[in-house]
Amino acid sequence: MDIVGIIVLDSVVFASWLFLVSAGITFIFGVLHILNVAHGSIFALGAYMGAWLAAWFLGGQYPVWLSFPLLVVGAILVAVTVGPLIERVFLKRIYQEEEAIPLLTTFALFLILEDVIKLVWGIEPRFVNAPFSIMGQVRLFGISYAGYPFLLVCISIFCAVILWLVINRTLFGRQLISVIGDREISSAMGINVPRIDTFAFTLGSFLAALGGAFTAPMISVEPGMGIEVIVLAFAVVAIGGLGSIGGAAIGCLLVGFARVAAVQFYPELELFVIYTLMVLVLIFRPHGFFGGIEVRRI
Amino acid sequence: MRLLKRFKVGFSVAIMTGVVLFAVAPLLLPDWIIYVLTMALAKGMVAFGVALVLRGGLISFGHGLYYAAGAYAAAFAVNRWNIRESLILIPLCVLTGAALAALAGMFLKRYRGIFFALLSLAFSMILYTLLFKFYDVTGGTDGMHIPSVKILGIQPAAEGFFYIYHYYLTLILMIGVLYIGWRFISSPLGYLMQAVHDNEIRVEYMGASVERSIYLTYVFSGALGGLGGGLVALAVKHVSPEFAYWTASADFVFVAILGGTGSVFAPFLGSIVFEFVKNYAFKFSPNTWQMTLGGILLLIIFFLPQGLWSLAKTIKRKEMQ
Repeated sequence: MDIVGIIVLDSVVFASWLFLVSAGITFIFGVLHILNVAHGSIFALGAYMGAWLAAWFLGGQYPVWLSFPLLVVGAILVAVTVGPLIERVFLKRIYQEEEAIPLLTTFALFLILEDVIKLVWGIEPRFVNAPFSIMGQVRLFGISYAGYPFLLVCISIFCAVILWLVINRTLFGRQLISVIGDREISSAMGINVPRIDTFAFTLGSFLAALGGAFTAPMISVEPGMGIEVIVLAFAVVAIGGLGSIGGAAIGCLLVGFARVAAVQFYPELELFVIYTLMVLVLIFRPHGFFGGIEVRRI
Repeated sequence: MRLLKRFKVGFSVAIMTGVVLFAVAPLLLPDWIIYVLTMALAKGMVAFGVALVLRGGLISFGHGLYYAAGAYAAAFAVNRWNIRESLILIPLCVLTGAALAALAGMFLKRYRGIFFALLSLAFSMILYTLLFKFYDVTGGTDGMHIPSVKILGIQPAAEGFFYIYHYYLTLILMIGVLYIGWRFISSPLGYLMQAVHDNEIRVEYMGASVERSIYLTYVFSGALGGLGGGLVALAVKHVSPEFAYWTASADFVFVAILGGTGSVFAPFLGSIVFEFVKNYAFKFSPNTWQMTLGGILLLIIFFLPQGLWSLAKTIKRKEMQ
């Protein structure tokens, strides 16, 4: 019984972490049709910014719980500086190009950002685990579990809800759906399409940076952390269907469960199952579970 | 007509000069440059494979699969079956690459655009996780060591000689690859790939099979990946799972774009430039070499979309005028 509980808990936690990382990718792809390799670096930037801000803040004698809003502030800072910069300067020139070019442009940006991180924060690993320890332990189904991951689950669900509300209940969301449907007609109707592009890219980047900022207290923040994250996120969005937020959520749960189950029963297959799942889904449902060919993708 | 003749003569002279320069390079240049050049030529073969697929508008974001497969095939053959002869090992690497590409290609030939990139990425990541996690068989993250091998039955006396021998082997194979690649590009199949890029539906209406063209090209490019991987493994004398990681695959696409897809020489030019920039950038600023590479890639994408080879073409055109 215990093992079932552990698998369920671990899967949910891992899935919500994955959602924070991959929702931004699928969102950006839905709007801009760009598979953003630099997303991994923005995740890492968020983690560094969060770790740095929190460490600086905790140096003074302030209560630890105040570092949580600070992590959000860090993510916002990263998103509003890097997001518009990348989109306005580089990406807007290549929307018309074929797939190889956007993929490689974001790969180039990924290479550059990886080194920017090293230049700004150095190459030593950073640990900021005070926000992690303050959450303590919780008992669930008779299993003792760290409390911090549940904060992650809450944030993930909160992000999903906010994203849904933004897309479906705001003027920006309606304009977004219109732009996804037809850029030219939207432009003719008076929607400022380039501005929507920038907003969408920044919002997607914010999700990555937020994921990074809240991952920082759980791990040692070190160079190269974005490299692994991005390929995991690609697996998730390919499984869920590119451009579909709901698909990404399903993809996260599937990948999360597969990985956790593999870790429990046959650890050597921990990563193997993820990419095998990705291959199988791409073979049998090339557009993923929710990435239909219909015009409305989000 | 006369102009064309002169151009052709000029072209063969250029090729001859190139071959002679590469052949005498070990006499003139220090050993480490020869080593880097060997790596560049070997990786150029993989990039050439990527470029061939790219001509059809398809991004193989997982060519690390064939690169790693070739490398590990060599490693296994040397360590498990004690085969120490390059001339047996190299065909084995080529066959491994081609066989895997023949398998993966059966699925990939139906995919286009971003889905082709994602599925090939997934295939290569599967190999990576296997190499990475099955420590008993593959040595896990430590990888495997490959002792020096013989070339034509000759065991080089000193370690330094091995690199020279291996360089010449790589050079001869590169010339072979250039010739076969040139024949491939100027064959109907080669032209079809370009047509697939331009308009797939018209190709089908003409009565040619798009999937068959893509499949055959992909198998050929997989064989090139295996060949390059095997040569690199024998030169480095060590293989590790990173050969199959997505960053390795991305580097090959990088090189293919850097060189351009316009000529058989382009990927090799791109590969040589890439290896030397990487080495020098790493030497002079260990913390910003990736940034240098990224900056160069951005410059190429925005200002030289046909790759470095288009520079050579521009010069050629000016000479003809």
